[in-house]
Amino acid sequence: MSDAYRYQGTGRNLQKEMLGEWFQRLSQAPARGEPVAYLFISGNIAELLTNFGFHLVYPEVNALQCGIKKTAGQFILKAEELGYSPDVCGYVKNDIGLLHSGNQSPMGNLPPPSLLVCNYSGCRTYVKWFEALAEFYKAPLFMLDVPYRRDDALEAGDLRYVVGQMQELIALCEKLTGRRFDPDRLREELARTRQAEDYWVRILESAKRVPSPFDSYFEAVFFMAPLYTLRGTPDCLRYYEAAWQEIEERITHGIGPAGEERFRVVIEGPPPWPHFRAFWEMFQRWGVVAVASTYSKVGGLYDQGVRHDPARPLESMAEYCMNCYTNWHLGLRRDLIRRYCHDYRADGLVIHSVKSCRSFSVGQADTREVFSKELGIPTLFIESDLADPRYFSAAQLRNRIDAFFEGLAHRKLTSLPVVEARA
Amino acid sequence: MALDALIAECREWFTDPEFRRLKALRAETPPLRLIGCFPVYTPEEVVLACGMVPVHLYGGGTMVEIDHADSRLQSFVCSISRSTFELGFTRRLDALDGLLFPSICDVSRNLSGLWRRNFPDRLAEYVHFPENFASAHAVPYLRHELQRLEAKLAPIAGVAPGADDYRRAFALVNRQRQAVSELYALRAEAPWKAPLADAYAVVRAGGMMPRGRHLPLIEQALAEWRESPARPQDRVRVVLEGSFCEQPPLELLQTIEEAGCYVVNDDLVLGQRWHAAPLPLEGDPLETLARHILERCVPSAVHHPGPQGRGAELVRKARESKAEGVVFCMAKFCEPALYDFALLKRALEAEGIPFLAFEFEEKMSTFESIRTQLETFVESILLFS
Ligand code: SF4
Ligand code: SF4
Repeated sequence: MSDAYRYQGTGRNLQKEMLGEWFQRLSQAPARGEPVAYLFISGNIAELLTNFGFHLVYPEVNALQCGIKKTAGQFILKAEELGYSPDVCGYVKNDIGLLHSGNQSPMGNLPPPSLLVCNYSGCRTYVKWFEALAEFYKAPLFMLDVPYRRDDALEAGDLRYVVGQMQELIALCEKLTGRRFDPDRLREELARTRQAEDYWVRILESAKRVPSPFDSYFEAVFFMAPLYTLRGTPDCLRYYEAAWQEIEERITHGIGPAGEERFRVVIEGPPPWPHFRAFWEMFQRWGVVAVASTYSKVGGLYDQGVRHDPARPLESMAEYCMNCYTNWHLGLRRDLIRRYCHDYRADGLVIHSVKSCRSFSVGQADTREVFSKELGIPTLFIESDLADPRYFSAAQLRNRIDAFFEGLAHRKLTSLPVVEARA
Repeated sequence: MALDALIAECREWFTDPEFRRLKALRAETPPLRLIGCFPVYTPEEVVLACGMVPVHLYGGGTMVEIDHADSRLQSFVCSISRSTFELGFTRRLDALDGLLFPSICDVSRNLSGLWRRNFPDRLAEYVHFPENFASAHAVPYLRHELQRLEAKLAPIAGVAPGADDYRRAFALVNRQRQAVSELYALRAEAPWKAPLADAYAVVRAGGMMPRGRHLPLIEQALAEWRESPARPQDRVRVVLEGSFCEQPPLELLQTIEEAGCYVVNDDLVLGQRWHAAPLPLEGDPLETLARHILERCVPSAVHHPGPQGRGAELVRKARESKAEGVVFCMAKFCEPALYDFALLKRALEAEGIPFLAFEFEEKMSTFESIRTQLETFVESILLFS
């Protein structure tokens, strides 16, 4: 990016820096005698745990990093040696393989947990994953059960249940750490979280512009990291202020994420981390911008109005927990994708279906039917995996992707854009 | 009825691809209303209290070819989800007024969404069971969830159940479960008297027919098996583990016995044996049921067992039933079973309990390789003892 711009590259670089520092702090926690809690991204309750001085470890983030840094394969094999089937989620196997290899991750040494908080939102595998960690680490496990959004309306009884469990977790944390719960600190952190969430939504929605200044899939995975891992901290807010400046600058100067924007797509499904760069390039060469994605909502559907609220700390946290993408029933998910296609003026939908994650993938073939046959939105359905490098077939994917965009290019030449044609 | 005919009738309930016996229930006067229950445990008590028949469905077994389901569900998910969908698509389940899916795994969960969209004229409901068993808020939550279910079922039934309807339903399932546990007790003690595949057929059919009609059948079978003159053979006593949801083909169950095993405990059709004690008939029925589900249900791969894990429980089960080994018979792609296997295996290794593990699929038709593995397993145990 040219030096003439002040903020370009901030979103990518600053998060890298902050994540590096975070891992540094993590590796020092045991020496300092500071407690460590493990938890999941979707529906996490970070601010509640940092209230008691816990350092936070997200095993999913470790698995993701191992994927990107190409060490996942060896850890997955290690877990398979221990009895894990080739057919279960690669994230889990990566983590368990890592744990049985001395927890030396490419990001640094991971401290063992003093507490496991299984915030079970949107993925049943979470439960099985932390049951295994509880056994391997002999650490206490708190099950924060977040009911599935199975009806269209949010159930008051569900929220009460989640809030009630949070109160029980507070009592447990007080007992484990000997520290008193500090409600003022929680409100303070939630206020910062809320501001960061506002910025994040602005960034996401900037992609409604044509051309879009932001890629909501390939770039979003970096831009969302601080909100997923450092929520509530001053750093997190600082990050989003800076990231928004980058986007504003892009808007002012007409800078896009992929050179000239030729196609706008919505992407459903997680990325193939072990081949992330190669996968991105397959789209970049066609001038594709992902203007909206569902993966960027696994850690919260902020663009659908979800916000943490210092005035209603636990209640708003419970609402947040229930409103992560994979915790929504398929009907809600489909409507969301349909709205994205429309509101972000997409030319098509790309479904990247990964074997590991049934939470995402079961139902995606049906979604393809709906979008391609009933709604008439060009839909590309491709398969690989988010963690296991063995499931990535580059040549096949490239052929499918090329054929799809050739078809779209032809369609663009011969007819009106899809959304306008339907309107 | 002769025992052979009784077993044949029971088998027919779940092996007839057209489900004619279900259709016949629907054609009775007045017609019975049927609600399908996807495994593992679905609160059938609520369905019964509404005056309807809970029908436990375990996929298409060997009955259907997967054709339409291929375009909706990928090949890396378990057979039961694909074949259940196929049954719906080929309109074989039209006798059902609705289908309930419990929170056992993400496959079942998302299948409920697929079902809703593809068969919008029928009820498709997902039930979220609490996973935080230790929470004081779990009982009120579950009570509320059961009430939500009741509110969805009542319009189909045409009546909202009262406390007495619940008590009658509880009493009925208590009797049925009592008979089933007696059958299990008999098999644990003298497994040669009631062959596995036959006993299984009688239990499984009981999850599909009106419960009152099942009682005389299972009671008769039980009485005859108790008196069976069959003599014990030189076989190894094993616990069968991992078949709690998708069901192994009947032929595989036969193979397990023929290869030299007596299955003295198992988790087949586990949802039909979910409660470890009879349901109390006093108090607020929905609260009683909620409490019972949380406090008295059997441990399984599909619900968080709490801090003790499941390993100790499996060891206890094996010891209590004097089993000499454990046979893991898991549905291919069944994540709950596959995750648990990695941990259960450690528990067995620590206790020196031998085990064998294999995967099955509903439509598998050759059992030779599994038979050989089983025979080797049995021999090694016999040799060792
Ligand atoms: S199944 Fe999906 S959401 Fe669950 S742990 Fe694996 S990758 Fe994550
Ligand atoms: S067989 Fe296993 S994966 Fe399939 S629906 Fe049943 S529990 Fe879920």
